[in-house]
Amino acid sequence: MDIEKHKPESERGFFENLKPVAVPFEAGALEILQAGDLISLTGSLYTGRDQTHRRLVALLDEGRELPIDLKGQLLYYVGPSPAKPGQVIGAAGPTTSYRMDAYTPRLLELGLKGTLGKGSRSMPVREAMKKHGAVYLATVGGAGALLSKSIVKSDLVAFEDAGPEALFRFEVVNFPAVVINDLAGNDYYEMVTAEKLGIKYETTV
Amino acid sequence: MKTLQSKEITAAVRELAMSASCDLEPDILDKLLGARDREVSGLAKNALDMLVTNANIASREQIPVCQDTGIGVVFVTIGQEVMVKGNLEEAIQEGIRTGYADGFLRKSVCDPVTRKNTGTNVPAVVHYEIIPGDKIRIGFLPKGCGSENMSGLIMLPPSAGIPGVEDYVVQKVKDAGSNPCPPVLVGVGLGGTFEKAALLAKKSLMRPLGTPNPDVKVSEIEQRILKRINQAGQGVMGWGGVNTALAVHMETYPTHIASLPVAVNIQCHAHRHKEIVL
Repeated sequence: MDIEKHKPESERGFFENLKPVAVPFEAGALEILQAGDLISLTGSLYTGRDQTHRRLVALLDEGRELPIDLKGQLLYYVGPSPAKPGQVIGAAGPTTSYRMDAYTPRLLELGLKGTLGKGSRSMPVREAMKKHGAVYLATVGGAGALLSKSIVKSDLVAFEDAGPEALFRFEVVNFPAVVINDLAGNDYYEMVTAEKLGIKYETTV
Repeated sequence: MKTLQSKEITAAVRELAMSASCDLEPDILDKLLGARDREVSGLAKNALDMLVTNANIASREQIPVCQDTGIGVVFVTIGQEVMVKGNLEEAIQEGIRTGYADGFLRKSVCDPVTRKNTGTNVPAVVHYEIIPGDKIRIGFLPKGCGSENMSGLIMLPPSAGIPGVEDYVVQKVKDAGSNPCPPVLVGVGLGGTFEKAALLAKKSLMRPLGTPNPDVKVSEIEQRILKRINQAGQGVMGWGGVNTALAVHMETYPTHIASLPVAVNIQCHAHRHKEIVL
């Protein structure tokens, strides 16, 4: 099949009319975000997944300093594929977020203001986000080639031996995301289900 | 007797590993385009548009469709008139190792106890089957584990019947929610024993996407399950709409009079699968 024939009219079409959001988050930036909003992220963020979290929390348990200051930051759950020569990064879409649930409240206590992945979060994480004033964002899973186009720089920060689970700092431009959990504690996945069932949505945290 | 050199096997597996991650097969592309045209939720339609665009970019620039280039699952069907010179298992693993290195694919295999990454994406999981004939068929399924983790198996009492089977599969997909990257392909293994059901579920993923089971009484079950899943309305990425699943593939095998094993293996929309016959 000639997939070129089926190309959307504009390959960048998805990125139009999104609410622009700077990262790290500026003061007051999160207050205007609502569950279900489509946003585009520009600035810098840190990456981490299973091993990264395990190691960050191990450092905290040992009373040691983290390699990064999490205050105001967005943490993207991703384990990129390797860059080919000349590429900034390989495919770099989101991994499933619930696996980080066991660690997230500890990081929110340190001032982390947002996480970005796919799939829903546990109630303890949602409660901790509400308490610490943080949001959870999702982006399109399985679109790692396309999303890599919004990453303009990638620097290794820590845990190089963890391979794809190392901690990187990405610079992103117009990186698309959907707000899943906002500051009021709303959950977009639950809202979709409520709408389907025809019931009025109320936040569960 | 036909003779194959183990290095021919290595070369074939290397090529399968490299191409599978960047070039989606027409069956999944067709399904994604069909889903996009059918979609009613604006956000989900956007996401499907992105997935089609993503497939274009991946193929054109040879970037993996998804950064999770999986743990390799290899189905080797060997004709009993074929002789392989050398070590077949090693030849396959070497194909995976070189394919993942040369293709700039992610190495995602680790020790289950220490969690230490092997750094090479080997070992792959290899399943062998011996059949009549003088050919070797190698199927390759790089399995992403966002979806794999949402799989499950239950030993139902026979009294649960087909309604019980259908309820279990529908509930598994519902519980998975947005985690496995819907729209998903749902592989179901029904019957046999504990391990046979799981293997049937995995093998069903290798069928051309959306082809019904040739047994009408089974394909009717597939259709009923698919309809129920898509009526639940979780949709693409959990963002609503009518496309939670692209297809349900069920494979069956006779079972014990006391048993009704059901295995559900969930596959994401980045459904990478390739096959070669030597």
